[in-house]
Amino acid sequence: MEHQARRARGIAAMAAAIILVGACTSSGTPAPGSSTGPGGGPVGTLSVPTFTKIGGSVSVLAVWAGGTDPKTEEGAFRKVLAPFLEATGITLNYTSTRDLNAAITAGAASGNLPDIAGLPGPGKMIELATAGTLKPLDDLFNADAYRADTPGAAALEVNNKQYAEFFKGSIKGLIWYDPKVYTGGDPTSWDDLNAKATTALGSLSGTKEWCIGLQSGAGSDGWPGTDWIEDFVIRQAGPTVYDSWVQGKTKWTSPEIKAAFTEFGKALSNTYGDTNLILSTNFGKAGDPLFTSPPGCLFHHQASFITSFFAKDNPNTKPGTDYKFFLEPDINTSFAGAVTGGGDLVGMFNATPQAKALMQYLVTPQAQAIWPALPAFGAISGSKSVSTDIYPDDITKAAAKDLANAKIFRFDGSDAMPAAMSDAFLKAILDYTKDQTKLDAILASLDTVQTSAYGG
Amino acid sequence: MDPRILTAATVVIGVPAALLGYIWLVERIVGLAPEKRQASLRPWLWILPALFLLGFFLVYPTIATVIRSFQDKSAAANFIGFANYQFFFSAADTLVALRNSFIWLVLLTVFVVFGGLVTAVLFDRVRYEPVAKALLFLPLAISFVGAGVIWKFMFDYELAGKPQIGTLNGLLQGVGVQPAAFLINAPGNTIWLIIVGAWIWTGFAMVILSAALKGISPEILEAARVDGATELEVFRRITLPLLSPTIAVVATTMIITALKAFDIVYVMTSGNFDTNIMALDMYHQLFDFAQPGRAAAVATILVLLIIPVMFVNIRRFQAQEAIR
Repeated sequence: MEHQARRARGIAAMAAAIILVGACTSSGTPAPGSSTGPGGGPVGTLSVPTFTKIGGSVSVLAVWAGGTDPKTEEGAFRKVLAPFLEATGITLNYTSTRDLNAAITAGAASGNLPDIAGLPGPGKMIELATAGTLKPLDDLFNADAYRADTPGAAALEVNNKQYAEFFKGSIKGLIWYDPKVYTGGDPTSWDDLNAKATTALGSLSGTKEWCIGLQSGAGSDGWPGTDWIEDFVIRQAGPTVYDSWVQGKTKWTSPEIKAAFTEFGKALSNTYGDTNLILSTNFGKAGDPLFTSPPGCLFHHQASFITSFFAKDNPNTKPGTDYKFFLEPDINTSFAGAVTGGGDLVGMFNATPQAKALMQYLVTPQAQAIWPALPAFGAISGSKSVSTDIYPDDITKAAAKDLANAKIFRFDGSDAMPAAMSDAFLKAILDYTKDQTKLDAILASLDTVQTSAYGG
Repeated sequence: MDPRILTAATVVIGVPAALLGYIWLVERIVGLAPEKRQASLRPWLWILPALFLLGFFLVYPTIATVIRSFQDKSAAANFIGFANYQFFFSAADTLVALRNSFIWLVLLTVFVVFGGLVTAVLFDRVRYEPVAKALLFLPLAISFVGAGVIWKFMFDYELAGKPQIGTLNGLLQGVGVQPAAFLINAPGNTIWLIIVGAWIWTGFAMVILSAALKGISPEILEAARVDGATELEVFRRITLPLLSPTIAVVATTMIITALKAFDIVYVMTSGNFDTNIMALDMYHQLFDFAQPGRAAAVATILVLLIIPVMFVNIRRFQAQEAIR
């Protein structure tokens, strides 16, 4: 309810945001924000602080790698920070790591942490915040305005204090297809989806309903499957069960969670290739059979950022003509409009003036509008105040709209669970994919992990 | 002045100066002692810095690790008895790691020692020996992570009938055999991972064994042949016994390598599909799950497993010394 009211104010602020974005990209300096709503009061967005030349340096650790080449993630990250660094005269000491979790755990144990770091997920964030390693951000900006402006920000609170910011976001549970192959339109329910798929498959031979690839690399194999389960749980059982499950209060063996696994199992059984292929295909290449002739599959379930992989692996494909998506349809109508999403989190370990200023900058609509505007990343802004006009193509724009219009939004559950639980979840996805008959034993072993992974 | 220059100067001048100063000081102290005691006192005083360093960097961390293995994960590090060990020997995943580490220990040692021995003996008899040895030794120069990435491509799986990126499946498909998902299906996947380890280490074993082989005096072999021994008998009854101390050294190194194995599994399967091993489990416990106590328990178990190997080795070494 509150969510929606705030969104209305957020839309009002979009116009102001567009101007801010323009000012930012043209002059290279953050413009002072003075967003006021129609009534003259503050809108559901954040006031933009004025940055002064304070100099000094700030150390940042995150996953984005690739040097200063603007086509790489690190290049994009540096682009986001450039206006801020120029305005403040602060020097950036940036380190990238692919194993963020290990780097931060080791850093926290030795006390050798950067000022600001990307965080692997809310689960880790809660651990660090509870331990006092992460610094609260409530003094830096109007936290209420921030939460109103940012879908999912509530997941980044510990004891009613904001401990992390969304650097950029993604919406999960998008179902991708080739509009030249599938012409059935957006399904209205999960059953409708399967019925439409059956119709479409009738005129094709050798095509399966789904494409799934679970490989991802050290420590994260299986995550596309966890997204599937989460999307089923929130649509079948609703946000209350979802939250209680993520917090370790709903058992894995409970019927709600089991139902999600069973539904995922049906999709697995109707997937291109064999079990071995599903397990050994990298998630980034999993959607490739959409584009083969004849197509290997009709649909691919993946988050908004998959477009960057489509672009990389199939350079001839174009958004809109070769691939489109619809949002995974509602299953239980009492939870209509429920979606899950993810995002890159940023937290602060040392509250230096430079670090504080950077954290203030990163939530501003102009900082939030830089990366999503870059082509071929498929990134979505974490801020609702950012106009959807900035997106480089209609597909990303539509995904951003779906995120902003979500009635119920929940953060990726596996990222929000404690590390041991999340790791066991990933393994369970692989084990279940390998042998669906073992479901009960797999869920029971997840329950065992659940009893020890939370708390203490 | 640039602090780095200062640091460099301190190291280059300060360290030798401190060492010389220490020796000078020791001699002064020894000079104070009665004449009869001096000879027995000097070695102890000279060895003192080494003992101190060993104690600080090896003994202290070992003891601290053992103590940590009896504590929980909280910052207060409460004493919880054997709970961490109990966890290790009861959780399904860690038991798989224990089993796999044992498989690694046996198979890696067998593969490497056997491969190294066969190649050392055979290469000894060919004209292009240096080239062959260099080729076999080359993988050791590749980092384990690099080797893991290379072999991940070698093992790549694609559906039958599709173009195969993986070299092995390319070969299989070429001769009309179904492609196999090498890294997915247990227990074969652990063996494929061990083969990657053996690919790296066989060259090392070969070089060491080859050097020992060259040390065997040709007269002995010649004498045996004159006495009518076949080549196989010469190998079994003369070469092999003479090589056995070297083989023991290589085997010990491999046992320790197998217990420490980490990189290959981390890169290629990250412990999924029942390929987890102890060192990787320790890493997960420490860095991912923030469970230093459980990680310390795994480390302690690893040390306990290595102790018998070291013990046998020292006994062997002493026996050899006695013969001389």
